[in-house]
Amino acid sequence: MATTPGKTNAAVPAQPVTAITVLAPALGWLIPGAGHLIQRRWVRGSLLMASIVLMFTFGMLMQGHVYRPNGGDILDILGFIGDLGAGGLYVVALAKDWGREAISHATADYGTKYIIVAGLLNFISVADAYHIAIGKKP
Amino acid sequence: MNLSHFSAAVLFSIFASVVFGITQRNTVYEQVRYGLYCFAMFVGGVFVAGWVMWLLRR
Repeated sequence: MATTPGKTNAAVPAQPVTAITVLAPALGWLIPGAGHLIQRRWVRGSLLMASIVLMFTFGMLMQGHVYRPNGGDILDILGFIGDLGAGGLYVVALAKDWGREAISHATADYGTKYIIVAGLLNFISVADAYHIAIGKKP
Repeated sequence: MNLSHFSAAVLFSIFASVVFGITQRNTVYEQVRYGLYCFAMFVGGVFVAGWVMWLLRR
């Protein structure tokens, strides 16, 4: 079988599992930005934390809807997955029973999207913290 | 809290651009540049979408 020049068939070696490769993403999910802070990326971690926490907070202040675990409409399920990304913020919102109101005006709709996107941005932040932990990113 | 559509979009753009800039590039210079690029694209997209809707309404 012909091989493409410049490409090898050698498998990429698996990254060793260390405490930081597990702790950084887990902590980053629970507290947005903490995965970077624990790896001494102070500025990056602080900016990520501020952006995600403020976005989630603005979403709540705009009376956004917080999706609960559900097995109904596909958009509700996707909303739940997005919200779940916010980690500790989502857990607090559930514990305090925030975001139960129906979306009755345009600002509440913006707020709902803010909350979902805050969670999705935190997923990206978690992946970035993992990449730093395995040395893929400086 | 009651934000206008535009102010909500600008606020959204700021937060998303900061996260995109930090996570999608490696050096500080590239991060700042990419963050500003994302912000410009977000806000530019708002204006383009606004004008498209204005044209459709006519």
